[in-house]
Order: sequence, then C-alpha cells, then structure tokens
Amino acid sequence: MIGRTGTRPVRAPVSWRRRGDRAAYLFLAPWLLGMAVFTLGPILASLYLSFTEYSLVAPPEWLGLENYREMLDDSRLRSALVVTFTYVFVSVPVQLTLALALAVALNSGVRGLRFYRSVYYLPSLLAGSVSIAILWRQVFGGQGLVNQLLDRFGIQGTSWIGHPDYALGTLVVLNAWTFGAPMVIFLAGLRQIPAMYHEAAAVDGAGRVARFFRITLPLLTPIIFFNLVLQVIDAFQSFTQAFVISGGTGGPADSTLLYTLYLYERGFGSFDMGYAAALAWFLLVVIAALTAANFLLAKRWVFYGD
Amino acid sequence: MTDLTAAPGRSRRVFKHAVLIAFGVVMLYPLLWMVASSVKPTETIFRDPSIWPSGSTVDNYVAGWTALNSPFHLYLWNSAVIAVAAIAGNLLSCSLAAYAFARMRFPGRRVFFAAMLATLMLPLHVLIVPQYVLFSQLGWVNTALPLIVPKFFAVDAFFIFLMVQFIRSLPRELDEAARIDGCGHGRIYWRIIMPLSVPALVTSALFTFIWTWNDFFSQLIYLADPRLHTVPVALRTFVDGQGGTQWGQLFAMSIVGLAPVFGFFLAGQRYLTQGLATTGFK
Repeated sequence: MIGRTGTRPVRAPVSWRRRGDRAAYLFLAPWLLGMAVFTLGPILASLYLSFTEYSLVAPPEWLGLENYREMLDDSRLRSALVVTFTYVFVSVPVQLTLALALAVALNSGVRGLRFYRSVYYLPSLLAGSVSIAILWRQVFGGQGLVNQLLDRFGIQGTSWIGHPDYALGTLVVLNAWTFGAPMVIFLAGLRQIPAMYHEAAAVDGAGRVARFFRITLPLLTPIIFFNLVLQVIDAFQSFTQAFVISGGTGGPADSTLLYTLYLYERGFGSFDMGYAAALAWFLLVVIAALTAANFLLAKRWVFYGD
Repeated sequence: MTDLTAAPGRSRRVFKHAVLIAFGVVMLYPLLWMVASSVKPTETIFRDPSIWPSGSTVDNYVAGWTALNSPFHLYLWNSAVIAVAAIAGNLLSCSLAAYAFARMRFPGRRVFFAAMLATLMLPLHVLIVPQYVLFSQLGWVNTALPLIVPKFFAVDAFFIFLMVQFIRSLPRELDEAARIDGCGHGRIYWRIIMPLSVPALVTSALFTFIWTWNDFFSQLIYLADPRLHTVPVALRTFVDGQGGTQWGQLFAMSIVGLAPVFGFFLAGQRYLTQGLATTGFK
C-alpha cells in the first residue's frame, strides 16, 4: 500500500488531485445545481420580471421602469417600510439585550444551568408556528389573557392586537420571547473567555460591573455581531405571526403591514408578479445594504483579539 | 471568615434563582395557559387566567379534530410526509456538499464557499416570486414537490455550514489512513466521515423537522387544495373560518400541532443547543 505512492512519487499526487477535482464537483453537484436553478436563476429572473407586467396567465409584458416608478408613489409601500424598519430596529435590540443579560446571569456558576437554558430556549423553537400566532391573538386580544390579568389589578385593558398603536408592539414582544436562540450562542461564547482574565482583573480590584464592561463585553463583540447580523435578517423575514394575527391584512390600519405581507398581497393576493418581483429586488438591495453597513460598522466596535 | 462570606453568597444565590425561576414562569405562562384552556369549556377561557383547569374535558380535542373539512390526522400526515422528505433531502445533499468543502481541494473552492455563506443571508422572499413562476410552469403548484425537491439540492445552506464546521473538527488522520488503504473519496465520505458525523446529522434532522413543521409561507402559497393542507395552513383556515369563536377547539388543535416539536425538543435538546452554539464560531 505504501509502496504505491512510493514508486510514483511525482505523478501520483497530481493524478490524485485531478481525480479529486472531478470527485469534488460530483460531491458538489446537487448544491451547484440547486444554486443555479433555485437561487441564481430566480434572482436574475426576478430582476427581469421586475421590469414587466406579469400575472402568470399571459406572457410577461415589458414595462421598463414603470414598476419602480409606481413604488415611489406607493403609499402602502411607504407604510410597509416604516412598519418593517420600526419592527427590526426595536425588536432586535430588545431581543439581543435580553439574550445577553440572561446568558451572563446563567454563566456566573448558577446551578441548574441546563434546566434554565432549556426553559428559555423552548419558545424559540415554537414561536414560528401558526399555533403560537393563534395563542398570541388570544393573549393580546380584547378579552385575552393579558387583559384578564390586568383586570385583577383593576386596570381596564384595550384590545392590543386591535389597536394601531399597540399591534406592532405585540409582535415585538413575541420576538423578544425568542431570545433563547441567541442566548444559547452567547452562552457558548462566554465559555470561551478564559477565567484567568476575570481572576487577574479581580486581583487588580475590578468589580463585577467593571469586569463586565472591560472584559466580558469586548471579548464577546464578535458573537454579538454574529447574532446581530442573523437576527436583523431574520426580523426582515418575519411573516407568519403578523399574517395570522392580522388575519392576512397587516391591520389594524396597516400597523402590522410588514414588507413580506405587502409582497405576499401583491404577488399572491392580486398576482401582480412583476410588481412583487420589483418589491423583492428592493428588499434584496435593502438587506444587502444593511448587512454591508453592519460589516463596515463592525470594524469600529467588534474586537477580534490578537 | 468563611461564615461571613458564605451568608451573603447564599442569599444572593437564592435571590438569583428566584429571579430566574420567576422569569421562566412568565415566559412559559402563555403556553401553560393554552394547555389548560384547551381542556376548559370555551366560555371560561375569557374569564379564567389561571393555569389550573377547573373541571377538565377532552371535548375540545374531539370536536376540534373534525371541525374542518377533513379530519385533523390528514393534516398531520401531510405535514409529516413533507417533513420526512425534507429531512432525507437535506441530510443527503448538504452532507455531500459539506464533505467537499471541508475535506477536498479544488479550483473555485473559496468562491463557492463564499457564495454558500452569502445564501445564508438571502431572504426567502427575494426568491419566492420567480420560484413560484418556475414551479407553476412545471405544473407543480398544488403538489408537495416545490416543498420537497429543492431540499435534495442543498438549498438550506445553514446545514452545509453546520456540517462543514463539524467535519473540520474531525481528525484528518482518519481520512489519511483510509486513503493509504486505497479508499476513494466516496468511501471515505460514506464509511468514515458520515458515521462520525452522526451528531451533526441528528442536529440537522431536528432543525429541518422543526422548521419544516412550522413553515407557513411556502405551504400557504403552494398548497391551495384543502386535501393537501398541512397543519399550519389548516390552523390558519380554522382561525379565519371560525372568526375566533371556538377558542377551546383552536387551542386544542394548536397544541396537537405543537406537540411533535415539543417532543423532538425534549428528545434532542442537547443536539439543538450544541448545534446552534457551534454555528457561532469559526
């Protein structure tokens, strides 16, 4: 066996590598095909469709920039953008702050860490379901659980999901409820911080608060960044909860009209596939710009050790 | 000396546990209340915020099961078929790609890997319109194929990434030894890497199950025929059709829908938390 490589020391590795190249592309074949057919193809196709009028029944009709011009004057698109940005910029910081706070609390040598971690993590797995959306619709409804509890304290509540000022808030609460997933990632990151850093700082007289801000937080910034990028993208994609809670309308008064709901409405409610494609492309540009901004800003605050 | 430091330490510990437990109770309260409400008569759901059911009944489950056009087990079956097929597709296609990225050198590897990571950040909604057009031209709308076939082409980059991370952590000496024994990549993948990657495969299977089971958007647009409805789509029909009057039955069927996810969470939480944790690192 060893002799085989020994007798042809120069050519063997080369042919192995060539065979390896072919083998590698075979292994990658399903992914490459999927990438071409289900990802790159659709991205290009939607760029084309965004310049057309297309309702699936007749062939696409070239419109030029008409869809994009319509977007400029589309007042519902404007409310969808306001709702989506409000949702993303409020719910992600709330969720990540909770995740970090609980991770730090659990990491300080608490007994039963695994138990707490499981309890806090469970909602993250359930929250995407229609079942939980149905639950939320009742909990924050006029006669829902929240108002029943408030009633015990003599407070008269309103229908939180039926009020334009509060409906989006119930979605923010629902997203905060899923802090468990980023918390698990924070916990894993906290374990990587060598205990000796804390010990050395404690010897030098640093208190808990100082150690958190001077040691834990800087060393955790790469994980914070990772969670931030993922959760922002995730929040932009929220659909199920707003759709089920508002009965598919994004109401009341468009107050929960997330971008994805509006895209669904135009694409699959009225089958304006061309306009929906333009909306999708705009979403892609917005998310790409935000992710790029995140990566650029990261240079200012993310600390990558030595 | 020890007594002086132990006393505040203990009370601080007790205080911390009290806060953590209280927080956990607040988090789980809505879930527990839903379970309790599912065995209460509907009229008490709007009066009774406690999680102790008074006079429990399974009426809601019995009535809810047949409240829609088809009995609820049809929806469970439809969801299960899609989930199982998605698991098979993801495990096969993602592990093949992951093996190539983790263990093979070939021209274009860096570019492909970067492209794969970029698709991790690509929102589904950007692709959904042209994908729908594609599938409608293939005549696949109103079948489960648009939900299953792409999984056999490794479209869920998250699992490729997860498996790459895992395979990279396996000692390379094993492949070297197998290669010297004359094994090609096919056998190294199947006989060595796959058996050692069982934890990553289990994690991927669990996440695929939960995400497919909970998925609503794509099932909503592709499965219009009521006979094809899955659990989430059926529940949505239920909540819209009832106009929110039969909360007891709605809750009962919602819990039936959540039960498999909860079961897999209990059985595999170690895999879920570890899998999630490893994706956060290089």
